[in-house]
Amino acid sequence: MNAAMPTAARAGLASCRVCGLLCRVAGAQAVGRGHCPRCGVPLASRFPYSVQRTWALVIAAAMCYVPANLLPVLTMNEPGASDPNTIMGGVISLYTTGSWHLALIVLVASIIIPLGKLLALGYLLVVVQRGAAMGNSGGRRDRTRLFRTIEFIGRWSMLDVFVVTFGAALVQAEPVMWAQVGPGMPYFGAVVILTMFAAMSFDPRLIWDPRAQGDNAGRAHG
Amino acid sequence: MLVVGCPGCDLLQQVPPLPPGATARCPRCSDVLATRPRGSTQRPLALAAAAAIVFVIANTATLMELSASGREAGTTIIGGTYELWRQGYPFSAAVVAFCSVVAPAVYIAFVLTVLLASLRPPAPRWVGELVLGTAFMRPWAMPEVMLLGILVALVKIADLATVIPGPGLYATGALVMLVAAIAATFDPAEVWTRVAWADGKQSSRFSLGAAAQ
Repeated sequence: MNAAMPTAARAGLASCRVCGLLCRVAGAQAVGRGHCPRCGVPLASRFPYSVQRTWALVIAAAMCYVPANLLPVLTMNEPGASDPNTIMGGVISLYTTGSWHLALIVLVASIIIPLGKLLALGYLLVVVQRGAAMGNSGGRRDRTRLFRTIEFIGRWSMLDVFVVTFGAALVQAEPVMWAQVGPGMPYFGAVVILTMFAAMSFDPRLIWDPRAQGDNAGRAHG
Repeated sequence: MLVVGCPGCDLLQQVPPLPPGATARCPRCSDVLATRPRGSTQRPLALAAAAAIVFVIANTATLMELSASGREAGTTIIGGTYELWRQGYPFSAAVVAFCSVVAPAVYIAFVLTVLLASLRPPAPRWVGELVLGTAFMRPWAMPEVMLLGILVALVKIADLATVIPGPGLYATGALVMLVAAIAATFDPAEVWTRVAWADGKQSSRFSLGAAAQ
């Protein structure tokens, strides 16, 4: 069924990534064959090396995810006492002080969304690379929706970065009480940034491509 | 009739002229093909002008103040970034500065400039460059996430000390709504029809991409 669908790539056309203008390119797999005449960005039928780039970013983010969750992100100090908090620790302390709704928001934004993003991108990449054997259009449509959801909610993971930033900036009443940013913070920031870049480098059109058209240039005939 | 390739699945299809407030979706993957915001380009222009003013207030006024055992301290958005830098986290400081100050500022400034410059088409070539800039900055401008982060921090600290919300916090709240309203009313597709093309020819529908280079 998909083989009969008139796609831009099959017609020798590519839509510009930025302004959406449909342009003629030389060959369905064309990469580096000129620029959009309207906005001037390079044209490509599919994002160049989309699968490879997305894998690299997902793997890098997964490696940062471990120290991001194990190391403390914020330490609250009082004279004679210091209380280092990991991300999960922050959620628990919010929960025990009584604001369970805020604890739930932070749990979703800081733990569930980054992990879900990594798993979902990994799943989409595996399916695309295996040529989508279960390629009925309902499944593909669900995968496109899954991708758009990841893309849309990913930025909310930044929440904890802002909580730590403003928590640390405000609680600077030495020697009564002062906050210190922990070593987990840059790792957590890196997870958020890397997963955002990973979602940007994944080309959802690959979900709909028949096998072997799955990735371009790098393995055009793979 | 406009012919487009779906951004979600590459299906070629024709999009009819849309009525205001309508969205065209791909029948195959249900991705958005085109939208037409309600109202004229005057609306995002007014919103962007308001956002520019509110942005300055949000970034200069005190966000919140803390008082603990007779000691008081206040912070601003830049102050939060500086604190990260001071404690030895330059990477995190740069990320926070970019997402909370730089990206929203550039986004608002570019939208404002683009709309002013395209009032009388054809707009010069550099306007197209700025539209590219707005598309690049939009995902990184996240005042709504920052606001929620500030509120969570406020609740956490309220347990330990007295926290007083400052005018910067209210300005940030207004900024969140204005940026969301700009994103909903600003129509890049409309601007692209008014901008001079990169290849200098402004040919009608199909163009030889290869010829552009």
